[in-house]
Amino acid sequence: MDDNLVDDNLGQRIMAVISKTQHLDAAKITLDSSFEELGIDSLDGVNILFALENELDISIPDEAAKQIRSVRDVVAGVEKLLAEKAAGVA
Amino acid sequence: MRRVVITGLGAVSALGMTARDLWQNLCAGQSGIAPLEGFPDGNLRIRVAAQARSYQPEAHFDPKRLDLLDRFSQFALIAAREALADAGLQLEPEVASRTAVVMGAGMAAKTTEDEAYRQLYALGQKSFSPYLVPRAMANAATSQMTIEFGITGPGLTVSTACAASNHAIGLALGMLRAGQAEVALAGGSEAPFAMAALKSWEAVRVIAPDTCRPFSSDRKGMVLGEGAGVIVLETEERARARGATIYAELAGFGMSSDAGHITLPTETGAARAMQAALDDARLDAAAIGYVNAHGTGTVANDPTETRAIRQVFGAHASRLAVSSTKSMHGHALGASGALEFIATALALRDGILPPTANFTSPGDGCDLDYIPNAARRAQVEAALSNSFAFGGLNAVLCLRRYQK
Repeated sequence: MDDNLVDDNLGQRIMAVISKTQHLDAAKITLDSSFEELGIDSLDGVNILFALENELDISIPDEAAKQIRSVRDVVAGVEKLLAEKAAGVA
Repeated sequence: MRRVVITGLGAVSALGMTARDLWQNLCAGQSGIAPLEGFPDGNLRIRVAAQARSYQPEAHFDPKRLDLLDRFSQFALIAAREALADAGLQLEPEVASRTAVVMGAGMAAKTTEDEAYRQLYALGQKSFSPYLVPRAMANAATSQMTIEFGITGPGLTVSTACAASNHAIGLALGMLRAGQAEVALAGGSEAPFAMAALKSWEAVRVIAPDTCRPFSSDRKGMVLGEGAGVIVLETEERARARGATIYAELAGFGMSSDAGHITLPTETGAARAMQAALDDARLDAAAIGYVNAHGTGTVANDPTETRAIRQVFGAHASRLAVSSTKSMHGHALGASGALEFIATALALRDGILPPTANFTSPGDGCDLDYIPNAARRAQVEAALSNSFAFGGLNAVLCLRRYQK
C-alpha cells in the first residue's frame, strides 16, 4: 500500500478521534504529525487505538499497535484493517 | 532515636478543600453531612453522606491529566500540594531522593471501576481504555504524587480499610526514624461514592439514615465520607535546620490485630494498639489529654472503644477528653485517619479540642467525656488518634506538643 494515499474522510475521522481523546486542538493535527510532536506517549497511543476500535468497530491486533508512531501510521493501519474486514464480509 | 515532627498539612473533605476549612468547621461543630447527591435513580437506603460538594476537578487539573486520575488520586494530589506549600518545602533533587510517599487507601478507585464495569456488563462495550489499569490501581495516588512532585525516595500504598491512613502515617514514622528517608508525605485518600460501593456498604447495615451521632443513645450507624489528608513529616533535625514551623511531634505508633471477628471489633485489640502507641512514645497514659476516637457511630464500635479506653487509661479515663470528628467529616474510610490526625495536630497547636457533633444523650456503655457538640479550649500536652479497621487491624498514633 502507498502510505501517501489515504482516504481523506477516514483521515479526518481519525484525526477527530485523536483530537478528542488527547484533548488536542484539531487544527494542530495533520496526517504528517508524529505522536512525539503531539506529545502522545505510548500509553496515549494505545488509548487512541481503543477509541478507534469503538468508533470504527474494528479490532486492532497487539502487534500492529506496537508499530504506530504517527497519524499517518494510524490511518494506513486502519485502512488496511477496514479493507480486510470488507473483504472478509464479501 | 530520631524524633519526627509535623511541618505541613493538607486536606480535602466534606468540610472544604483545605486543612484550614476542615479545622475551622470542626471547631465550629459544623457537620459536612447532608443528603446524598449524585445517585438519583439508585434505590439506595443510604440517604446522607459527607461528600466533597464544592469540589470541581477542572479547577485543579487539565483535562488530559484527569483522564489518568481517579477521584481518590485527585484528592490525594490536591491535599499533597497544600501540605507541601504549607511546609514551605522545595523538593530539590537531593531532598526529593530522601523523601518518601506513604498513602493509605481502603477502597481506592471505586468510581473508575464502577464506570468501567457498567460499560462492560451493562452497556456491552467490548474493550477498555488502557488508562483503566493505571487509573484504578490501588497505588495510583501514591505514584501520581511521586510523579507530580519528582519524589524519588520510597513510595508505597497501605490498604487496611478504615485504618489505612494511620498505618501509612505510622509506617512513615518508622521510615524516618530508621533513616530510610528524611521527609515523608503520608496520609490517605478515598472516594467511595460509586453505586456498587454504596450498595455494598448498604448491605452491611451499618449506615445511618439520618446522621452520624457517635457515642449517643440514638446513634444509627456511620455516614460515609470522602477526601484526603496529607501530612508532611520530617526528622526534627531537618525541620529545625531549615527553620520550619512545627505543628507537633509524632511521638508514637501502635498496631495490633484483633484476631477475632471479621467485622465486630474487640476491646482488647483496640486497647493493645493504644498501649503500644503510648509505649512507643514512652508516655504514661496520664500524659494524654485528648483522644480522637475511631468513633464511627455504629452500635458495635462505640461502647467497645469506650471500654478499650477505660482498660488502657484506668482512672485517668474520667479526666480524658474524647471526641469523634467523624460526626462532621464522615467516615472517609482510608482517608479518615489522616483527617483525624490533622484535627489532632491542630488541637495540640491551637489548644482547642474539636467536639463530637450531633450528640444527644450518652449511649449504653458510653460513659466518657465526648466533648458534646461544642469545641473546648484546653491545652493538652499529648493525644492519641485511633483507627480500627474492619477485619480487626488497629492503628493508633500518638502526638505531643513539640518541645525542643
